[in-house]
Amino acid sequence: MGSAEAVLFEDKRLRREMTSGNMAFAEAMRQINPDVVAAYPITPSTEIPMKFAEFVANGLVDTEYITVESEHSAITACVGASVSGARVMTASSANGVALMHEIFPIAAAFRAPIVFGLVNRSLGAPVNINCDHSDSMPERDSGWIQIYCEDAQEVYDTALLSIRLAEHKDVLTPIFVCQDGFITSHCYEPVEFLSDEAVKEFVGLREAVYPLLDVDNPVSYGSFVTSEYYFEIKRNQIEGMNNAIRVDGEISGDLARLTGREYPPLDCYRTDDADYVAVIMSSATGVVKDVADELRARGIKAGCIRVRMFRPFPSKEISAALSGKKGVAVLDRSASPGGVSPLAAEVKSALYMSCRDGFVPVFEFIYGLGGRDLFPDDVKAVFEKLRAGNCGCGASYIGLRDKMGGGD
Amino acid sequence: MSCAPCWQDILPGTITLGASSRSVETGLWRSVRPILDAGKCVSCLRCWVQCPDSSIQTCDGGTVQGIDMFFCKGCGICAAVCPVGAISIRPESDFLEETGPSGGVNPVKVGELVGQC
Repeated sequence: MGSAEAVLFEDKRLRREMTSGNMAFAEAMRQINPDVVAAYPITPSTEIPMKFAEFVANGLVDTEYITVESEHSAITACVGASVSGARVMTASSANGVALMHEIFPIAAAFRAPIVFGLVNRSLGAPVNINCDHSDSMPERDSGWIQIYCEDAQEVYDTALLSIRLAEHKDVLTPIFVCQDGFITSHCYEPVEFLSDEAVKEFVGLREAVYPLLDVDNPVSYGSFVTSEYYFEIKRNQIEGMNNAIRVDGEISGDLARLTGREYPPLDCYRTDDADYVAVIMSSATGVVKDVADELRARGIKAGCIRVRMFRPFPSKEISAALSGKKGVAVLDRSASPGGVSPLAAEVKSALYMSCRDGFVPVFEFIYGLGGRDLFPDDVKAVFEKLRAGNCGCGASYIGLRDKMGGGD
Repeated sequence: MSCAPCWQDILPGTITLGASSRSVETGLWRSVRPILDAGKCVSCLRCWVQCPDSSIQTCDGGTVQGIDMFFCKGCGICAAVCPVGAISIRPESDFLEETGPSGGVNPVKVGELVGQC
């Protein structure tokens, strides 16, 4: 620990505790002290509304906590409160997220800056409570920002910065703060927390632009519009998303001055001089980084990119980071049956316009559905396939029992 | 004719302010329009009574002056109730030069707004 950091701990601007991703998000919520939380519990995000209900019951927050009869009602109440001018947070997972789907595009179009703890879990059927990204990926075009966190520390930090990012006047867009179910949400690890005062100062107060409860300046939300207006309204909404990477950089910089931790949209690890790069998101990133280190020790120039911000997708940044590479493997934790897996589709699309400067082969791998682990030997095999140029044109599956071997 | 706002001028969040229906040109929905023959009109005001969009213009003395096209949706009730045949219904395609092919929403010709990002 450096001396400057030691001073921060001494005067209690920082404290370090063993905690989980869920508890870190709930603690961020306590410190943020949102005006309204409406939530309906579902595994593995249940602990977030559960822990927050305890904060409410113990009088540690001023929040109006609305218990509802379904996830659809939860997000609907969140939207109503948010357009009324309140600072609003909630959480959900899997089929709970799917039940909320109808309301997500409405929240985004209303520019309701809700911050949502999305704890990734596979979508049924079959019923499975473990992690993959099949719940959040169907929401990628719903108009919400999506940030995928690697660990509990990042969940905490991202919850704080998401309040300011969502509410920023140039963005005004709701945010999914995604973490991997059980792997991140339930495993305990050391997390540094800011003091309550520091958080209060960092997040400030929400300044709603057109609050519905401002009776002196009445407005309507979501009125019927004809084709003469709908298009311009949607384009106006898209501009908020277009501004998000710039504003995220500014706010991440402010947070980094308090914490020393920086969160660019892409986490590039040993990619500058790499020949082969694996692209991945969330908790399995560490496995890929470890393997890259091991391969480097054997003289193979391997690297890793973790995509932190999936919406808006940092296309320019990833195109620049991957140009000139001999091979890229994209590891998706969800499938797009009949299409290209979500992350691979984005990476390929980003590289398309730069292909005139040299073709970069990109290969799709699907791993970890329903919570199956990704092992270092799996990742080593991926890099071996990249080096051999031995990848099919469709998706290959990692760790799948297959009579024909690994993928097509 | 209205000049509808560009996307940059739209208020965020699907917001509409008070009395916004006054500025929405529902006349753009019309496919046919009523044409008044002032020489035949006897100002009986049946059209004024029946018009669902209050589009029949009258002066203080209660004389029919014309038809306001801003809200008129071309329902044709005025022509149907006119006892002297002073109102005829004609297709909007007869007035393309007046409204513009894009329905009057865009201030430029169709095709000139393609490809802006």
